[in-house]
Amino acid sequence: MVEGIGARILLRVWVALILVFLFLPLLLIFFYAFNTSNVESWPIPGLTLKWFSATWNDDNVRTALGLSLQVGLVATVIALVLGSCAAFAIHRTDFFGREVVSLMFILPLALPGIITGIALNAFFSFNNIQLSIWTIVVGHTTFCIVVVYNNVIARLRRTQGSLVEAAMDLGANGFQVFRDITLPLISTSVVAGAMLAFALSFDEVIVTTFTAGAQSTLPIWIFGQIRHGVLLPEVNVVVSFVILVTVIPVLFAARLTGGGGAARVAAR
Amino acid sequence: MRATESSTSLLRWACLAAAAVVTVTACGSSSTATGSTIAPPPTATMKPQASIGAGEGQLNLILWDGYADKSWADPFTAATGCKLNLHPAGSSDEMVSLMKDGGGGQWDMVSASGDADLRLIYSGDVKPMNTDLIPDYQNFQAYFKSPPYNTISGVHYGISLQWGPNTLLYNTKKFTTAPTSWSVIYDKAYQGLVTVPDNPIQIADGALYLMKTKPSLGITDPYELTRPQFDATVALLKSQQPLIKHYWSLAADEITLFQNQDVVVGAAWPYQTIQLKGLPNGSDFADTIPQEGATGWADTWMLATKAAHPNCAYMWAKWVSTAQVQAEQALSFGETPVNSKACAQMDALQSGSCKQYHADETGAAYFNTIKFWKTPLATCDDGSNSCIPYADWVSAWTTIKG
Amino acid sequence: MAVKTTGRLPSKGAGAAPLQGLFWRHPWLRPLLLLAPPVGWFVLIYFAALVLLLVTAFWTIDPFTTQIVQSWSLDNFTTIVSDSTYGTIIGRTVLLAALVTITDAVLAFPFAYYMARVASRRWQTALFAAVLLPLWASYLARLYAWILILNHSGLLNWSLQSIGLPPANIGYSNVAMWLVFSYIWLPFMIIPVYAALERMPESLLEAAADLGARRWRTLRDVVLPLVLPGVIAGSIFTFSLTLGDYITPILIGGASSNLIGNVVYANIGIANNVPFAAALTMVPIAVMAIYLTIAQRLGAFEAL
Repeated sequence: MVEGIGARILLRVWVALILVFLFLPLLLIFFYAFNTSNVESWPIPGLTLKWFSATWNDDNVRTALGLSLQVGLVATVIALVLGSCAAFAIHRTDFFGREVVSLMFILPLALPGIITGIALNAFFSFNNIQLSIWTIVVGHTTFCIVVVYNNVIARLRRTQGSLVEAAMDLGANGFQVFRDITLPLISTSVVAGAMLAFALSFDEVIVTTFTAGAQSTLPIWIFGQIRHGVLLPEVNVVVSFVILVTVIPVLFAARLTGGGGAARVAAR
Repeated sequence: MRATESSTSLLRWACLAAAAVVTVTACGSSSTATGSTIAPPPTATMKPQASIGAGEGQLNLILWDGYADKSWADPFTAATGCKLNLHPAGSSDEMVSLMKDGGGGQWDMVSASGDADLRLIYSGDVKPMNTDLIPDYQNFQAYFKSPPYNTISGVHYGISLQWGPNTLLYNTKKFTTAPTSWSVIYDKAYQGLVTVPDNPIQIADGALYLMKTKPSLGITDPYELTRPQFDATVALLKSQQPLIKHYWSLAADEITLFQNQDVVVGAAWPYQTIQLKGLPNGSDFADTIPQEGATGWADTWMLATKAAHPNCAYMWAKWVSTAQVQAEQALSFGETPVNSKACAQMDALQSGSCKQYHADETGAAYFNTIKFWKTPLATCDDGSNSCIPYADWVSAWTTIKG
Repeated sequence: MAVKTTGRLPSKGAGAAPLQGLFWRHPWLRPLLLLAPPVGWFVLIYFAALVLLLVTAFWTIDPFTTQIVQSWSLDNFTTIVSDSTYGTIIGRTVLLAALVTITDAVLAFPFAYYMARVASRRWQTALFAAVLLPLWASYLARLYAWILILNHSGLLNWSLQSIGLPPANIGYSNVAMWLVFSYIWLPFMIIPVYAALERMPESLLEAAADLGARRWRTLRDVVLPLVLPGVIAGSIFTFSLTLGDYITPILIGGASSNLIGNVVYANIGIANNVPFAAALTMVPIAVMAIYLTIAQRLGAFEAL
């Protein structure tokens, strides 16, 4: 359809406005991180770097950051193993209940996070499992598995089965096929899945609120501080940092998979 | 003089305790109700520790906003090595909920108010404490050594902390003279400019208002309401809902609301006023207790049954019971200390504050004017069973907020 | 491609042959071993938790000690159905979700149209990345940014006052929630709509033009029906995420801003009434189940 000049101009204006709408709030936070005043009003009186050092020196922030990193890494590693296994099994074999199992792996992202959160909370208290870093890991791993699974299976569906068959014709055993053929082919999707899973875990607050005890991950610290309203300048710095830490792996992952994988996952 | 006044309160609290116990037995019992003795709290037989060992390096506290201010918390950490992990709660309900299962191994202590204490004790979520380990306990005013809300059959389930009233906070630009009645928070003239706590116990404040303004209802105790009294109070609060800008859950919420001039009047704790007065435009804010009187709270530091850091917990209880810290906390929050020696310290920090906060002998008379938070039970003081229990308050509160 | 080619066949490891044989004789063994850990995780933890939640909805709590009483009862459900407050809250949440969905659809369509049909290849990738970025930039961060904008002395009021208008008082209100939800879920709507528009063959539009349809007619009769599955796919996200959200109403809700999400949250964290919270969560689950069935009928799943 040949859109008229008028329509094109209108569309361009609309796109520009939407882009401003999407990015202005994020840029605002970066601005506020340099605010000299600790009252969050506009316009900003002046710029300073002092909140960066104040935030770094805050013990609670460092503890929360450390916990977020630990949980992210452990959850990602477990999810990598389990998610990839699931992807292989479902891709290769047609078995009874395959559709059901496929659907099962969508649920953690399809259901609102609060349901996953309170279900896990009820599960832990019913089984007298004390809340700790491990319960947080369990919650995160559950949806990280889904992310890895999605990415790996999408790539597996695009790889040619004939490569594997050719290798086996040449006498390679199962393990060698896996190591030399399959793994290199899916490696980028595995890495992409891992990065997305880590980003998801690092930013997660909805499920974590229910699976954490007295521990604070970084998003929980942020949530508490926003409500508390006292350390808001530090919140600005931490939030800017979280934006960068989640965006960079995602950009990287999108590069590796050509954009499709990242788009299909809900950000929590 | 003081003895009779405190014994009247003692009697009131004893009745409450007895009523609570009876209700708990009725609710939680099976078939052995007839002829059996009143069930003691589940943790009654747990012997508290005899001495304070080495600090564990960490202490997880559930507390009201402002109860661990840096000015006395940082010296505590420096002296004992116990790092504080604070979780401010907005209501007694939240405290009880967080403390379930003995604190879940997560939380060590909770600064519970009178309406949470008995619930915590009878759920077995807190355990007895050894008052011998708190040297300043000897200096507590007599009533607060074993108040009925935290001491049962001589067993102490916590160390009394401080007490105070709920106040009416207002913007002096809007109210040039202090409002004399709570009617201002029910007045349509202030539509969208009012805030009250997001807490079902707020219904008692409505009942207190009706106690004075609608005597025909016959309310004598704002926590013991018969069905008609309760319905009238709920109707009052429902009519208030359109006036509310935002129900505050943490003290910080209310401070932000007033600071941003989103509201001009509301129910508050003295803490918010003190914080607001510290701002550059601090003279814009003031508080008062209107003629109908006030509800209030008496707080206790309680030890979680599954506390992971009991030594740090006792060190904290010791610390906040000293006259100096009691005085600092009283002035920071705007409440009254239980340590009789704190009076002198308060006057040293802020002249005239001892009298202002009733930390001296006038305390007893003032104490009796406040309707302290207590858990509403089905059993009324006179023994009849027609009062509305707290569970109904909670569901009514959701209906009120809409 | 990393296929290793050497002159000789690689020798088989000593342990591999029996294992290979085992998998050859029992072909179901390998998928079983591969599936056991992840499926085990899901069934033993996730599903067990969901089932427990469902069962808990039929229990009650002791009002004084707030401990769960494991006796079968329909009390929670009768309360939700009979008390008009919950009807109001559910209605308000569903209405807000619908409003947010419509807003996002309206905002997304021209943007996605430009991306799919007007922009050059390079701009397409750039715009796609631009839409993806905020999606991943931390939910709390984006919510907090709006708190900064909407608060009394924030950017919005400053802008209004600098052009002479009175300050807007929307810091704690349903309007604020509508704005924030529309903002946060917008990328979820743009992406499926863009995908649907991209898949639309040019030939259909040319055919319509050949048959004499002018631009608006083509838009209405050809483009919109083809884009609908994409819009529905996006709406699955906007709807479901709004139904379960509790953080936004807590931080920027006003007096009449209780949504299902924060009532559930309050019942868990404050009232400690897990059975009632569980019963209440059945509502968004039921709503989403109905919505997903309708969406599937309309072909949204292929557009995901």
